[in-house]
Amino acid sequence: MTTRIVELRRGILKKNDELAAGLRSSYAAAGVLVLNLVSSPGTGKTAFLELTLRELRARGAKVAALVGDLETDNDARRLAASGAPVRQINTHGICHLDAEMIGRHIDGWEGVTLAALDYLFIENVGNLVCPSSYDLGEGIRVALLSVTEGEDKPLKYPTLFNSADAAVITKIDIAEPCSFDRDLALRNINEIRPGIRIFETSAKTGAGMEPWLDYLAEERTRRET
Amino acid sequence: MHELSIVSSIVETVTESAAAYPGARVLEVRLRVGALASVVVESLEFCWGIATDGTPLAGAKLLVKTLPVVLHCAPCGQDVELEGVQSLRCPRCGELGIDLRQGRELEIDSIEIDEVEETL
Repeated sequence: MTTRIVELRRGILKKNDELAAGLRSSYAAAGVLVLNLVSSPGTGKTAFLELTLRELRARGAKVAALVGDLETDNDARRLAASGAPVRQINTHGICHLDAEMIGRHIDGWEGVTLAALDYLFIENVGNLVCPSSYDLGEGIRVALLSVTEGEDKPLKYPTLFNSADAAVITKIDIAEPCSFDRDLALRNINEIRPGIRIFETSAKTGAGMEPWLDYLAEERTRRET
Repeated sequence: MHELSIVSSIVETVTESAAAYPGARVLEVRLRVGALASVVVESLEFCWGIATDGTPLAGAKLLVKTLPVVLHCAPCGQDVELEGVQSLRCPRCGELGIDLRQGRELEIDSIEIDEVEETL
C-alpha cells in the first residue's frame, strides 16, 4: 500500500458557479438586468422591493421578481400587489438561494420570459452569511441594512458587504429615534467595500428612491452599450 | 449554516475524483479557505463526520488551511497581507484598496489516498 497526494485545485461551489455563469449569459442575451437583494430578516427587503417594483412600473419598465423564503408565500403575495409578476421560491430549510433554484424557477415561470423584462429582482432568503457564497448570475448584488440594525453590521458580516455592488440603508424615517449614526455606518461600509454606491431610503415615505431608480436605469443603459 | 451544503459538495467532488483510483481509500481532504469566504471552519469539521458517514470518504480527515486576505496596494505598489477582515486598508500606508488578490478562496486543494498496489 502506498499513499499519494492527488492535486484537485477545484472550487467547492464549482457546480453552482458553472450554473450561475450559464444564467449570466442568458440574462445578457435577454437584455435583462438582474439584481440579488441580500440582508438580514427584518431589514425591510420586501417593502423596499415592493416600492421599487411600483416605481419602475410607473416609469414604464417591465419588471418581475423571484422571492426566496424557507416557507410561506407571504412575501410573494405582498410583492404581487405592485402588479409585477412574482414567483415564490421555498427553500424548505436551506438558508440561501442557489443558481439551480433560480434556473428552475425561471424555466417554469408561466407568462414570464426573460427577453420581455427590463429588470428581474431576486429577493434572497433573509440571511447575511450564506447567500454571499452563492452566485446567482446577477448583474448587481445589493446588500441592505436598516437603521435599526446597528452601524457595525458591515464589520460583522464583511463577506456580503465586500461582495456587494451597491448598498441600501433602509428605514431612514426612523433613524433618529434609533440613534442611528449615519456617518459611522457609511464609513463602515466604505472600509470593507471602498467606493461602493450607497443609497439611503425609506419605503414608508419614499425618501431616497429617486437616486436608486436613476442608478438602476443608468446601470441598465451602461450594460446595453 | 450553509456548511453542511458545502461539505456535501466536497463529498460529491472528492468521491467523483477518487473514482479514478479504484480500490483506493481517501485518507485526507485538504481545503483552502479564504478569510473572506464566510465559512466557519469549526462548522465544516462538525459537519464532516455527518456528511461522510456511509460514503467512501468515511474516516477521512479534513484539513483546512485558512488564507488571510491579501490586497494589492496601488500606492505601495505591492501585495500586502491584512490581519483582519473588517477593513481593506493597507497596513503600510493606510490607504483603502479594492484589488483583492487572496481571501475569497473556497476550494479543495488536494486529497491523500492510499493506493492498492498492483501485483505483477
